[in-house]
Amino acid sequence: MSAEPSDSSFSFEHQDKHRHAGLGRLKNDALASKIVLAGNPNVGKSIIFNALSGMNVDVSNYPGTTVEVVKGHFRDYEVFDTPGIYGVSSFNDEEIVARDIILEADIILNVVDGTHLERDLFLTQQLIDMGKKVVVLLNFMDDVRRYHITIDIAKLSQFLGVMVFPITALEGIALDQLDRFIGSAREGMQREELHSLLHGMLAMVGAQGEALLVLEGDQFVAERHGVRQGTKRDEIYIARRNRVNYIVNQVLNDVSTSRSFAERLGYWVIKPLTGIPALLAVLYVAYLFIGKFVAQELVNFTEHQIGNTLWSPWIRGLVGTLLPASSWWYTLLVGEYGVITMTTTYLLFLLLPLVVSFYIALAIMEDSGYLPRLATMVDRMLGFLGLNGRAVIPLILGFGCVTSATITTRLLSSEREKTIATAILQFAIPCSAQLAVIAALLAGAGFGASLVYVAVIFTVLVLIGTMLDKVLPGQSAPLLLDLPPMRLPRMNNVFRKTGIRTYYFMKEATGWFFIGALAVGIAQLTGLLQVLERGLAPLVVHWLRLPADASVAFIMGIVRRDFGAAGLYQMALRPMQVTVALVVITLFVPCIASLMVMMKERGWKEGSVIWIGTWVVAFTVGGIVAHMVM
Amino acid sequence: MENPSIALDKATAGQWLRIKTLPDGQLHPQFVRLGLHEGQRVRCLERLPGGTVVLQKNRQQVAIGHSLAKSIVVAVLPEEPS
Repeated sequence: MSAEPSDSSFSFEHQDKHRHAGLGRLKNDALASKIVLAGNPNVGKSIIFNALSGMNVDVSNYPGTTVEVVKGHFRDYEVFDTPGIYGVSSFNDEEIVARDIILEADIILNVVDGTHLERDLFLTQQLIDMGKKVVVLLNFMDDVRRYHITIDIAKLSQFLGVMVFPITALEGIALDQLDRFIGSAREGMQREELHSLLHGMLAMVGAQGEALLVLEGDQFVAERHGVRQGTKRDEIYIARRNRVNYIVNQVLNDVSTSRSFAERLGYWVIKPLTGIPALLAVLYVAYLFIGKFVAQELVNFTEHQIGNTLWSPWIRGLVGTLLPASSWWYTLLVGEYGVITMTTTYLLFLLLPLVVSFYIALAIMEDSGYLPRLATMVDRMLGFLGLNGRAVIPLILGFGCVTSATITTRLLSSEREKTIATAILQFAIPCSAQLAVIAALLAGAGFGASLVYVAVIFTVLVLIGTMLDKVLPGQSAPLLLDLPPMRLPRMNNVFRKTGIRTYYFMKEATGWFFIGALAVGIAQLTGLLQVLERGLAPLVVHWLRLPADASVAFIMGIVRRDFGAAGLYQMALRPMQVTVALVVITLFVPCIASLMVMMKERGWKEGSVIWIGTWVVAFTVGGIVAHMVM
Repeated sequence: MENPSIALDKATAGQWLRIKTLPDGQLHPQFVRLGLHEGQRVRCLERLPGGTVVLQKNRQQVAIGHSLAKSIVVAVLPEEPS
C-alpha cells in the first residue's frame, strides 16, 4: 500500500453498510435491470436505499475484499447501495467496489447534498461523463432553506442534462416518488472535447463508462480490457472541476454572509483552545451515558437479572436433563466457563449493551460532523504514533470493545496504520468490560496508585506507537479529510447505523467468542489451564511481587478481560500491588475473541507477534513497575 | 503583481491563499474532487499547533495533515479579494 490517504471521507460507513456487488462476479439475476445508489459519504444514500428495498436485503462480501455489498429489490429491479465516494476511481477497496457496481448499473440514483454542491457535483458530472442514465436527488433541502441558500433547480437540470429532484430524505419518500425518480433517469450532457476523446476509446473497450475510466488512467479497468491506461486524468479532472464550478456559480445563490451557529461550532471544536474543553464535555456526556447508565445500571440488570438469574439456571436445567452433570460435555457446555452459559451471558448481556451504546455515541459524533473535526484536532498527536487523525475512531471504540475496534481498523488507509492501531488496541486500551473493574479497584487503591497506573499505560501506548512508527517500513498516510457541515444528528439515522454496525460486529465476532470459550474450556478440562497457572506463579511472586493467586486472575483474563480484573477483587492487595496487577492485566493478552479477530484481520504471523508481544511487555513492564514502587 | 509564496503549513488562520502547486500522484485527483486545484483561491480557516491546516472554499472545508501541507505551495493574497 502506498503511504497516501486513500480517500478523504471519514465515515466508517465504508466499514459497515454498503458494499456493492461485483455484479458480474457475485451471483445476480442476470436479466433484472440494476439500479445503483451513488453519492458522497453521508448524503443519505442508505435512507433512500432502505426506502427502495425495505428490509429484504442481501449482504455479501465483494470477492477479494473485506467490503460488503448490500443488495435489495424494488419492483423488478435489483438495487445496489455503494460506499460513499467522491469520484469513480480505484484509490482503495471501497472505490473499486463502488466503481464496479456503477460500471454495471442501468440506472444511477445520484444522491447529492444540497448544501455541498461544489463537492458533490463532481461525482455527478463524472457519472454523466460515463454515459450512465442518471437522476439527481438533491437531498437536505431543509438545510438548504435554513441556510437561505437558493438553488435554481431547473437551471441545474438544464446544465447537467438530467432530472434533478429536491428531497428531504429523512422526512420519508413515497413509493410513487421513487417510481418517478427511476422513470426519469436519462443520459446527461458531456463536454464536446470529452465526447470526442471518449469516441476513440469507446471503439476499444465497448462501453462508455469503462472508456472514461481508462482515459482517466484507471489501471484496473485498462488491464481488464487489455488496453493501455490513459494519461489524461489531471486534464479531464481539472476540466470537470471547472465545469462544476461554473455550474455552481450559475445555479447557486448563497448570500448568507453571517456565519451560522453550526459553522461557528464547527470552527470552535477544531481549535484546541475551545476544542479541548469541548472534547472533555463530549467525553463527560459519553461517560454519563455509557459508563454510568449502560455499564452500571443497564448491564447490571441484563447480566445479573437476566443472564445469571434467568438464562444460566434455565439452560443448565435443560442441558442437565440430557447430560449428566458430572460429564465433560456438561462442564464444557454449561460449566463455570461453559460455552453456552458464560459466553452467551457475556456476549448478549454484557458486551452487546456496551457495544450498542458505543456505536450510538459514535454515530452521533459522526453524523453531527464532530468526529472528522476531532480527528483534525488530534491529527498531529496521533502523528507521533505513526497514525493520522482518522485513527481516532478505532482508538475510541477500543474503550468500548477491543474486538469491535480491531474490526474497525479496516477504515485506516494503509496496512502500516492498521498494524500500529491494532497493536495499540491489543496492548494498551482497556475495554469497557475491564474498565469498570479497573476503576473500582483503583478507587480503592487511592490517587497515587491510580496516577502510576495511568502514567504507565499511557507511556506504554506512546512507546509502542512511536516504536512501531520507527521500525515499520514506509510512512504513514497524511491526513486529507473532507469536513462535512455540522448538523444536528437525526436519531433514526443514528439508530439505523447502530443497528447495521451491531449486526456486523455480532456476525464477525460471535463465532470467535464461542470458539475461544471452547478452547479455554478444553484447556481447563485437560488441566492445561492449571499447568499454565502454576507455571506463571513463580514469575508472579518473585518478579511482580504479587500473591501466587494472581496468576489465576491473569490466566482468566484470557477468557474474558474483566474476569482477570475481577479475580483481583478477592485478593487483599496493597495499593501499589493493585497498580502492578492492573498494569499487567491491561497490557496482558487481549480477550480471546479480540485475539481471534486480530488473527483474522492481520494474519496469523503478525497477530502472533503482537500476541506474544503482549505477554512479554505485560510482564516486563509490570516487573519494572513492581521494583520501582515497592 | 507577485504575491509571496509559502508552504501551506506556514499559513496562518484567516489568510487568503491561492494554491500554486499540489503534490502529484494519487493525491492530486483527490484534491481536485474536493474542489482544491492549482489556481484556486481558498481561505486558511485554521492552522493548528501541530501544523494541520484547515482550508475553506465557500462551504467546503478540508483538513490537511502537516506532512501534506508542507508539500503544498500557496501564494498569500493581500486581503480578501472581492
